[in-house]
Amino acid sequence: MTDLTKLTLAEARDGLAKGDFTSRELTLQHLSAMEKGRELNSFIVETTDIALDMADKADEMIKAGRGTGMTGIPIAVKDLFCTKDVHSCAASHILDGFKPKYDSTVTANLWQDGAVMLGKTNMDEFAMGSSNETSYYGPVNNPWRATKKDGSLSENNYVPGGSSGGSVAAVAGHLALAATGSDTGGSIRQPAAFAGLVGLKPTYGRCSRWGMIAFASSLDQAGPITKTVRDAAIMMESMASYDDKDSTSVNRNVPNYEHALTGDIRGLKVGIPKEYRMDGMPEEIEKLWQQGIEWMKAAGAEIIDISLPHTKYALPTYYIVAPAEASSNLARYDGVKYGLRVEGDGLSGMYKNTRAAGFGDEVKRRILIGTYVLSAGYYDAYYLKAQKIRTLIAQDFAKAYEKVDVILTPTAPSPAFAMGEKSNDPIAMYLNDVFTVPASLAGLPAISVPAGLSADALPLGLQLIGRAFDEETMLRAADVLEHAAGFTAKPKIWWGEK
Amino acid sequence: MEQFIPKYVQGATGDWEVVIGLEIHAQVASEAKLFSGSSTKFGAEPNTHVSFVCSAMPGMLPVINEECIRQAVRTGLAMGCEIHLRSVFDRKNYFYADLPQGYQISQFKDPIVGEGEIVVDLEDGTTKTIGVERLHLEQDAGKSMHDQHPTQTYVDLNRSGVALMEIVSKPDMRSAEEAGAYFRKIRTLVRYAGTCDGNMDQGSMRADVNVSVRRPGAELGIRSETKNVNSVRFMMQVIAFETRRQIDLLEDGGEVLQETRQFDPASGTTSSLRSKEEAHDYRYFPDPDLLPLEFTQEFVDDLAKALPELPDDKRNRLINDLGVSAYNAAVLVAEKESADYFESLLDSLAHKTGKAKEELATQAANWVIGDLFGALKKTGKSISESPVSLKDGAELLALQIDGTISGRIAKDVFEIMLDTGKNPELIVEEKGLKQVSDTGAIDAIIDEVIADNQDKLAQYRGGKDKLFGFFVGQVMKKTQGKANPQVVNQLLKPKLDG
Repeated sequence: MTDLTKLTLAEARDGLAKGDFTSRELTLQHLSAMEKGRELNSFIVETTDIALDMADKADEMIKAGRGTGMTGIPIAVKDLFCTKDVHSCAASHILDGFKPKYDSTVTANLWQDGAVMLGKTNMDEFAMGSSNETSYYGPVNNPWRATKKDGSLSENNYVPGGSSGGSVAAVAGHLALAATGSDTGGSIRQPAAFAGLVGLKPTYGRCSRWGMIAFASSLDQAGPITKTVRDAAIMMESMASYDDKDSTSVNRNVPNYEHALTGDIRGLKVGIPKEYRMDGMPEEIEKLWQQGIEWMKAAGAEIIDISLPHTKYALPTYYIVAPAEASSNLARYDGVKYGLRVEGDGLSGMYKNTRAAGFGDEVKRRILIGTYVLSAGYYDAYYLKAQKIRTLIAQDFAKAYEKVDVILTPTAPSPAFAMGEKSNDPIAMYLNDVFTVPASLAGLPAISVPAGLSADALPLGLQLIGRAFDEETMLRAADVLEHAAGFTAKPKIWWGEK
Repeated sequence: MEQFIPKYVQGATGDWEVVIGLEIHAQVASEAKLFSGSSTKFGAEPNTHVSFVCSAMPGMLPVINEECIRQAVRTGLAMGCEIHLRSVFDRKNYFYADLPQGYQISQFKDPIVGEGEIVVDLEDGTTKTIGVERLHLEQDAGKSMHDQHPTQTYVDLNRSGVALMEIVSKPDMRSAEEAGAYFRKIRTLVRYAGTCDGNMDQGSMRADVNVSVRRPGAELGIRSETKNVNSVRFMMQVIAFETRRQIDLLEDGGEVLQETRQFDPASGTTSSLRSKEEAHDYRYFPDPDLLPLEFTQEFVDDLAKALPELPDDKRNRLINDLGVSAYNAAVLVAEKESADYFESLLDSLAHKTGKAKEELATQAANWVIGDLFGALKKTGKSISESPVSLKDGAELLALQIDGTISGRIAKDVFEIMLDTGKNPELIVEEKGLKQVSDTGAIDAIIDEVIADNQDKLAQYRGGKDKLFGFFVGQVMKKTQGKANPQVVNQLLKPKLDG
């Protein structure tokens, strides 16, 4: 039988519809790939029985003519999403043993459409990180490794980016056809770029946050991680919904995103923000961006230089707002109700022991930053000022969108780096998010598309940022960009049975 | 009439003025909690009214219960306060075992209700105006139970997330009496508006009592805040104790510390809970899970139109339209149930007797306040548990008004009604208590009495007018009280006078 794990989601959907294979067959092949790919450490939990059960149900749906774009598609679910009766711990020690009695709205939507859950993927603890090195369950290995000058593959492990590192490793390693991710400041887009995949963060409010373990409530958004733009469009349609259980969810119809992929962007106005040309940016990133501009131009788009003057404040603003919200969101993990409890002297002793043991260093760092910026005497100087700058950043975009339809930028300032290279330098790590954070602060949809390889043959991505709730135009442009780039490289398989 | 005479407390070194402010916590009367659908019913088994939201499960989000918003607006309207069309929910961060989220959702900078004024009646017949600073909505915490296990604390989350209105006064009260009158007035208002049941023994209303003292005319002194005082009597004890304690401290050359104190009902004293230095830094910030709360003036106007008659208006109507005495009107409107009982009784009575309400109101009010309240007080029952139904009460009064029974007999009948629950007409019938107005029969009895008391007659005619009463009494005695006293008077006078 052919290797079904190499299919795209769209191809698998069509094959299932035509009866070329069953979801059970498709799922079994992925389960077997997962077993071989354990070295990637992309899954925290493999839900084999659930997967097969869901696959059988999907096959029945397809037989009965009730199939949708996602029916029978085996996917990986980031551990940040609550999944009923299944380990849901955001890769944190403090949620040890937590199995919710509910499914997040996003996963419930996917199951409703017949998607198949393969397991829960590894991630940076509570989505705090850009390299997937902060997980309690250990770092995730990128399926991609650098190619040395002599043409051989590096022996070093490379990070998959973060925080959705397990999700991208699972899809890039062909262990899953697609995966859910969550993006607070770039956690879908940056890892997608590091793994040669498509990562879509929709407009804030497009996907319900209900049942997603919160990191920073005003920024968190769920989105798909897929092999192609078309796959992202198909999966996005299933994940998105208005949800009255989430007060920040927006009541708008979910369009058929795949219909937006017309391949025609003639006359589309593409903005190029000058502030994204940063000092010290590697030449290959700059070159790829220029290449992207040429591709868009060749496809008939109009290139327009724009200015987003407050861009340089985005990263510091983000690293005030996100930790502030996180410091409060994570207060519920106190050893009282669920998860880890380490006994101590009285209530406060128990709190201290539990939280000291339960949270990793990066999470503690952000709780401390967040607590600090909200403290009496500092609130106005940090949190309030950050909120004002956030408004200015959003206004920059609003002004730009008077002239352009989408904005094209690099996704990340570098390709994937070697494991451990930045883990002791939080500032260098935070700089990974420099291109992705502004769209998060403005609540805008953005997508990373694989567009080329670095000098040492690691994938690089380009980012398109769209208007609020205009994922369709953004996807149309991304589809054209993807085809122009013609990115077909795959990681050389170094893992598995040896 | 406003009271302008200052009330001072005498100390060893001169006069002191006590300054009091109250923060009243009133539980919103609603079926469901402020941000979840869980029931608010009192007295359920522990942890049976707990949803995923009120137990702060990961990924759970608050959704505003609109009815709680309406109740807060109604309360604001009842207090004559400014209603804010835009308000913001903030997080108040602190750790405690019965606070599952690790923060309380409250309103800090932008409360739903702003300033207003409350007029209270004082014992000397004067009134005083007390300012309301604000009303905001917030979640209640759960309950820690320290007495269920020798070494552990149990937590009951039934109350967790129940909506509270915190009503903050200005520091306008100058005596325990004023504070008590203000608290009672707020309680009356919320009960009229139907926004809080005012059940203090179930914790539906409680107050934090702020007390400071100063030399007359001086700047405000340092205040102490005594938490969770749950009766008017306790509140007055707290004020008395704190006033004395602070004056003694200052007169001994010490200083009052800004601190939080707790009240011990057994000893009637307060003790320090935590000092200003130990005070929490709550790190308030707008809850990113909730959008600012906005509603239209029309929404407010509709609620205003539908508000029931409020106590001040009702009292004025009883006095001006129905001729009820000011004292009786004040007593009747103090409890909504009393006022309702009185008004229904009056309706029924007017219907039965065919007389105008204003002719009947005084007698009805006297009966409700004198006879009925007296009986209820003896049995410790509230008016809603009255053993005498409205119908029977009205019937009893009607029997009196149409001359069927005398006032004295009415009291006897009422006693029997209380004992047996029987209908008054039936009692009068069975016991043959109908008033005798037959002049012939009464004439005969008068003649008998005069014949038997020739000595008294002589004294009467000799100028001892007061013996008239003796003759009336004798006649009534012979008729077992059934003689119509007016008829007796009419017939007796000419006979005695000869």
